[in-house]
Amino acid sequence: MMDLFSFKRFFAVILKEFIQMRRDRMTFAMMAGIPVMQLLLFGYAINSNPKNLPAAVVSADHGTFSRSIIAAMQNSEYFRFSYKVDSAEEAEQLMKEGELQFVVHIPPDFSRQLIRGERPQLLLEADASDPAAVSYAVSAFSSLASTALNRDLKGTLSDLRQNEAPFEPVIHRKFNPEINTQANTVPALMGVILTMTMVFITALAITREKERGTMENLLATPLKPTEVMAGKIVPYIAIGIVQVTLVLLLAEFLFKLHVNGSILLLYFVSIFFIATNLSVGITFSSLAKNQLQAVQMSVFFFLPSIILSGFMFPFRGMPEWAQAIGSVLPLTHYLVIIRGIMLKGNGFAEIQSHFTAILIFFAAVLVLGILRYRRTLD
Amino acid sequence: MSELVIDVTGIVKKFSGRTVVDRLSLKVRRGEIFGFLGPNGSGKTTFIRMLCGLLTPDAGEGKCLGYNILKDQNIIRRHAGYMTQKFSFYEDLTVRENLDFIARIYDVPDRKKSIIETMEKLNFSSRANQLAGSLSGGWKQRLALAACLLHKPELLLLDEPTAGVDPKARREFWDEVHKLASEENMTVLITTHYMDEAERCTRLAYIAYGKLLAEGTLAEVISSSGLYTWSVSAPQKELPAMIRKLQADKAVLQAAPFGNTLHVSGTDKSATENAIKTVCAGVQELSVEEIESGLEDVFIHLMDKGKDNFQ
Ligand SMILES: Nc1ncnc2c1ncn2[C@@H]1O[C@H](COP(=O)(O)OP(=O)(O)OP(=O)(O)O)[C@@H](O)[C@H]1O
Ligand SMILES: [Mg+2]
Repeated sequence: MMDLFSFKRFFAVILKEFIQMRRDRMTFAMMAGIPVMQLLLFGYAINSNPKNLPAAVVSADHGTFSRSIIAAMQNSEYFRFSYKVDSAEEAEQLMKEGELQFVVHIPPDFSRQLIRGERPQLLLEADASDPAAVSYAVSAFSSLASTALNRDLKGTLSDLRQNEAPFEPVIHRKFNPEINTQANTVPALMGVILTMTMVFITALAITREKERGTMENLLATPLKPTEVMAGKIVPYIAIGIVQVTLVLLLAEFLFKLHVNGSILLLYFVSIFFIATNLSVGITFSSLAKNQLQAVQMSVFFFLPSIILSGFMFPFRGMPEWAQAIGSVLPLTHYLVIIRGIMLKGNGFAEIQSHFTAILIFFAAVLVLGILRYRRTLD
Repeated sequence: MSELVIDVTGIVKKFSGRTVVDRLSLKVRRGEIFGFLGPNGSGKTTFIRMLCGLLTPDAGEGKCLGYNILKDQNIIRRHAGYMTQKFSFYEDLTVRENLDFIARIYDVPDRKKSIIETMEKLNFSSRANQLAGSLSGGWKQRLALAACLLHKPELLLLDEPTAGVDPKARREFWDEVHKLASEENMTVLITTHYMDEAERCTRLAYIAYGKLLAEGTLAEVISSSGLYTWSVSAPQKELPAMIRKLQADKAVLQAAPFGNTLHVSGTDKSATENAIKTVCAGVQELSVEEIESGLEDVFIHLMDKGKDNFQ
């Protein structure tokens, strides 16, 4: 009579689902793997108060004061003076390439002016294209001014400690003077969007053929692995280019962000970045047994990409190991390139090393994918 | 004329330790329509996949179209047409788009014309723009055949091409296959579970548990089986009891009802005859007559025998 809900039937379904879940080891592994990875990445790699940011000194004054100031900055743990630069030009170049976050300029006569109580200026240049990365360090620098020289200013000089700080800290935010966070986020979003959509689209490309049985037919034809892969990558490059154009247009009209560098260069690099992500997807696709597995692999690639690339959190603020993983990922390099071209007006010379990193990743993935593509059903 | 199109020996295929094709040797001559039969799971599909390079044999060697099946898979792929057991064309493409795709892959000369000709030949013209996924089962099979024929292969490997196809369409399908074999000298290796289709083949092979159990023309296969068959007709109500008794007898290998008659077979002629006499004793309106064993009787017999050998 009451046949609305049968617990037997209900139980039958539960049982079946458990059996299927157990059979699909890959899904099982991912179910455990994704939360573990996420926890580790968010828990350890993320540092919302980034420290040890790369800095350099351009000094025209070699007195003890300047040395003490640098030492105090280093002690604050926000700055890491890892580069020795010989000129302001060299420092500027390194900053454009994204290697340096800060440059301290010590003017000539700094020590002399300081002793005379003239409160000389001390200039800190900060790469503000990522405002979050530098904000703590910048305020640390400002507060440092009054205390850094306490030990040096003794005896007759102790008067200088009395009132204001003995020198005047000046901060110059480069590339994004209005500290506009959109300026940082919008170009980066382009990379994130491309990574997400491109990897997912092709991840399903070959598994779909496998699941529908059309793979058997494809394999029985003279088609070569490279032909199948290239044939599945190229159409989506066009879609990727449309996405890039869309983001650029929105950036221009909604956020008033212009491309300072060459648009042509931007598209050129983007095409390779798109192709790289597509080949990641294709490779997942030839590894996965079904579409679900392919999607899971894509998530597995996507998560570290957004967390460790410098999109969510300042790259230089992450621990060494996280930076090491991040520097393998194409998105990391694309972010530096795209921010460089859009905000700093970088040319090819400044982005070259990051572009090479993307190409190496692209080649490695492509080779793996072609090797893994089975020409048989074994 | 007697050029060998398929000539393989000692082919073995194992899936995770389980032998699925066991030292199979097969010779097929040009222009033959070779029937490849065997029960479900006997390894037919697996064997065909090895012929066209979709699976790698664990042992054995041989030639297909004169090319080494272990090394020249690429050339074999170009000259053979393989129709898979499961429909494997794109359901989200139309008939014409599917054919066009295949024609481009094989670089068929005069592509547009070939496609139109193929569609006309198989009566597809009115369905050219229909999505393949919306075709009925029989039409899907036809599309698959049409696609296999586009590049004019010398060897057709058809894996259960007529499963689920109505009798008239099956008849037409076989007429087409015969025409291809005689007019274009195509060689056809075809698997089927239909006995009437097996009888339309020029030669047959029967495999079970991956082993070749019989090979030859229809008559050769039947006579080499050494199976004798009788048709016993008796009143309907007597049949169940008779079947039970016959099946209990060791000499009787098969006893199966066909309408109002029983087909009883065995390899030991006199022992089987005795068994029938014993069982029939006292039954009214009886008639017993020896008939020629049918292919089905032979195959069921081979299947049972194969199982004994296997275990
Ligand atoms: N990829 C595979 N992995 C593991 N076992 C397989 C695989 N393909 C086939 N088999 C096994 O090999 C055996 C032979 O399968 P095959 O498909 O060749 O049989 P078949 O003769 O074509 O059967 P049918 O008449 O049902 O189509 C079966 O037992 C099957 O389970
Ligand atoms: Mg089969």
